[in-house]
Amino acid sequence: MVAPASDKPAPIRRRSRLSETWLYLRQSKSGMLGLTILVFHILIALSSPLIVPFDPTDIDASLKNQSPSGEHLFGTDQFGRDVFTRVLLGGRIALVITLTATVIAVTWGGTLGILLGFLGGRIDEAVMRVVDALLAAPYILFLLLIVSSLGSSNRVLIFTLGFFYGIAVVRVARAATLDFVARDFITAARARGERRMTIVLRELLPNVMDILLVEFAMRWSWMLLAFSSLSFLGFGVSPPTPDWGLMIAESRKALQFAPWTAIFPMIALGTLVIGINLAADAVAKALGLDRTQGAPV
Amino acid sequence: MNEPFVEVNDLTIGYRNRQGQIVNVLRGVSLVMPRGGALGLVGESGSGKSTLGMALLGHLRAGSQVQAGTVRFEGVDPFALNPAELQALRGGRIALIPQNAAESLTPTMRVGDQIVEVLQFNRILVGAEARDLALELLGQVRLPQPEAMFTRYPHELSGGQQQRVAVAKALAGEPELLVLDEPTTGLDVTTQAHLLDLLAEIVAQMGTAMLYISHDLGVIARVSDRVAVMYAGEIVEVAAVTDIFARPTHPYTRGLLASIPRLTQAGIPKAMPGQPPTPGEHGTGCSFTPRCTFADGTCETVAPTLDAAAQPGQLVRCHHWQTVAKIEFSQELQQAFHKAVRKVEPEPAVELAGVEIAYTRQGLIQRLRGLPEPPATVSDITLTVHKGETLALVGESGSGKTTIVRTIAGLMLPRMGSLKFKDYDLNVGVDRRPLELRQQIQLIFQNPDASLNPRHTVAEILDQPLRLYFNLSRSERRERSIELLERVRLGPHYRLRYPGQLSGGEKQRVAIARAFAAEPQLVLCDEVTSALDVSVQAAVLDLLAELQAEHGVTYIFIAHDLALVHAFADRVAVLYQGRLCEVGSTDEIYTPPHHPYTETLLAAAPRPVPGLRPHLLGSDVPELAPPPRGCPFQRRCPRRIGSICDEEAPPWRVPVEGHRIRCHIPLDELETAQVSAAEHVIPLEPLSNSVSSN
Repeated sequence: MVAPASDKPAPIRRRSRLSETWLYLRQSKSGMLGLTILVFHILIALSSPLIVPFDPTDIDASLKNQSPSGEHLFGTDQFGRDVFTRVLLGGRIALVITLTATVIAVTWGGTLGILLGFLGGRIDEAVMRVVDALLAAPYILFLLLIVSSLGSSNRVLIFTLGFFYGIAVVRVARAATLDFVARDFITAARARGERRMTIVLRELLPNVMDILLVEFAMRWSWMLLAFSSLSFLGFGVSPPTPDWGLMIAESRKALQFAPWTAIFPMIALGTLVIGINLAADAVAKALGLDRTQGAPV
Repeated sequence: MNEPFVEVNDLTIGYRNRQGQIVNVLRGVSLVMPRGGALGLVGESGSGKSTLGMALLGHLRAGSQVQAGTVRFEGVDPFALNPAELQALRGGRIALIPQNAAESLTPTMRVGDQIVEVLQFNRILVGAEARDLALELLGQVRLPQPEAMFTRYPHELSGGQQQRVAVAKALAGEPELLVLDEPTTGLDVTTQAHLLDLLAEIVAQMGTAMLYISHDLGVIARVSDRVAVMYAGEIVEVAAVTDIFARPTHPYTRGLLASIPRLTQAGIPKAMPGQPPTPGEHGTGCSFTPRCTFADGTCETVAPTLDAAAQPGQLVRCHHWQTVAKIEFSQELQQAFHKAVRKVEPEPAVELAGVEIAYTRQGLIQRLRGLPEPPATVSDITLTVHKGETLALVGESGSGKTTIVRTIAGLMLPRMGSLKFKDYDLNVGVDRRPLELRQQIQLIFQNPDASLNPRHTVAEILDQPLRLYFNLSRSERRERSIELLERVRLGPHYRLRYPGQLSGGEKQRVAIARAFAAEPQLVLCDEVTSALDVSVQAAVLDLLAELQAEHGVTYIFIAHDLALVHAFADRVAVLYQGRLCEVGSTDEIYTPPHHPYTETLLAAAPRPVPGLRPHLLGSDVPELAPPPRGCPFQRRCPRRIGSICDEEAPPWRVPVEGHRIRCHIPLDELETAQVSAAEHVIPLEPLSNSVSSN
């Protein structure tokens, strides 16, 4: 008596989520631009020790503050060091530290946020008030306080940045989770008698993952700025190691007569941050997290 | 003035998809409406009926474009108007009553002011005059105490009241045409019946034309004088309402009419095979070909045109309408229903005794102050469900159906009473229940969109119960999931799809397969078909009945559609405000004597029989909390006998063993009164007569 629901497979092209997201991502011009910039920066960071023309710490007083030329593409700084070399190398430490710290931030913030959203109740209430309090405090002061008392070793920087930037992630992850915990598929899992861990890992995490991915990219770009600010203030990378923030700080006195010493690291840092932002926005749209698209599907 | 009132000519509306192709949602729709006419527009989801309704208002969805054809409203093309002219047309001469009133009213503005705003905008009535007219309109849509309503905010009103305000707002511009886009979907049956009654009256009084869009043929039969049936963006049949219901000539119309459960017929209606094409998917021929029993080679290649059929004014888009028309429809309908075969065993599966469930618990302070405990959400439920039986829980929203089912599933705990499933005690939460008990009780939800994880493939979804309850190897689980998919009539190639790539019916099949993967004894179905199209609904009911016959499972089935319950259930429990009103076998429930509440529900249910005016009993004012004493239905009861109803809990009366009615009125009195009232409410004569008598 039952009519067959479908005799032949409906013509649906099967694509994995990843390839589908990529398909949408490719249609976004700004997203592809951002992604290109990002890949370019990463390639330079990986290959720069092999391709740079000079030693970044090589001081030569006779070549002080030379303007860009065929030999020194970006000119030289107050110590006669090649700016081009230093710009190529200057992102390496920043990238490694901020990337590691972002992984830490999103991991702990995301885990805590999902758990709070799932568990709810008094624990949620209590922890969220602490999170609110921490969010109200200016980060940079905390960062400076910790770095100045514990020293500015890479490990201290990674964990400090990772901790502070995870606080906002807690909020985002919790809000995203709250959107899903009331859905019937979670109720269905509870009614089946699934373990809580299974519900969090198998049912909630895949849904919150998209939001965390976008959050990751946004945090990363902000953290790059924060890290450069620390270097600028003298609490990040110590001289003579090449670093964009530090280079900008050192050359700000020379801005009037040797502007190239500051401008090129600024451009490098700026393009990287913009690139990450563009890519993050496009990824968010490709994942369907942006409602303004509104196209009939 | 020889212009027709509304004329849609060969209208094609489409949008460009991501691949840059034009996908047509409407394909060559032509339509004429006379002044003051009431046209019902029926179709399944995705058939383009809302797009057509909006096109009359000169509105297109973002990204859509008119590809061809014209719309004329008294000779005016709404798509050619400039914004100012369009503004005057919409809300003035044409008004829209949308599906969701809660969303169409501004939440931060008093409802009276919202109506005044429309008045001022359209007719430059100001101050006291506008206010008086607004009050009059509120009274006209039969809202109690218009003065008090005037100053309320939308959230302070019930769903039915909000929809009435939306009607008042639409009428404020004195429109010549009302476009109603499923305005009663989502409302309770009694509220719906009252609203339809109101609309019919207003339209008759003011001479307003109506375009009524709905998927519910019962509602369409009630409000329209002509009906257009849409399929895959085309009109496939247009006829007078009596012809559509008595002498449909398009195979799709016939299939649609045969697939709806009917109040007067026990048994599951006939399912339509297949599913409607998605926009842009149709080939060169008739788009109904894959689902049609009359189809031949011509249908696949040549698209039929909308031609005149046998009845005056009847148009049909089918090559074989003459063949179709020769088959007497009432006969076809008689054969469409079949009873599900099941064997009910005498042993009880679920036993509820004196169950009381409350959402709020009294705080310490309230208890110390000696405040009386507020009445529980669900109270005094004593029910036995036998093994292999289907028990339907029926009632309006807020009647506690879902609460009871959730308590049985262990998602909530009762405050009092005992729940038993076989020898297991159900008074514990799901996390304290033994694994074999959890395995034996499974839930199926109303909306498969929400109950299937969008990030899991069908294979992963089916894997979860298999992994949890059974010790199976990977390949065994794979085999089992393919078996399950075939059981619910989906092929193994569905395993790798995500829920987003499935249609509504397919999704619900996956949800059913997931529940049956656990090999359950008791399946709790929470409105499992209410999110589905009618043509798919019957197939899902068939599937559930088949699975029940095969595995001997017990169903507790929540529904608000009484016709559906008649199709599917063995026994029915009618709930009002969390209290039982009547329990009995399906036949007993659907014949007098009824509890007055059951009677109210039956009388209000929309039925696909034109000309049948539902008999409205009692008020449709919803109640937020059960009364502390007396009969729970006291405030709305059409047969209230006096203060005894307010003071004393009514006794259970037992007409026959197994049938219980909780009412103060003696049974013979109830029966006499209801039989005489039913004569013009529920004609129990065969369908053919009731249709042709119009």
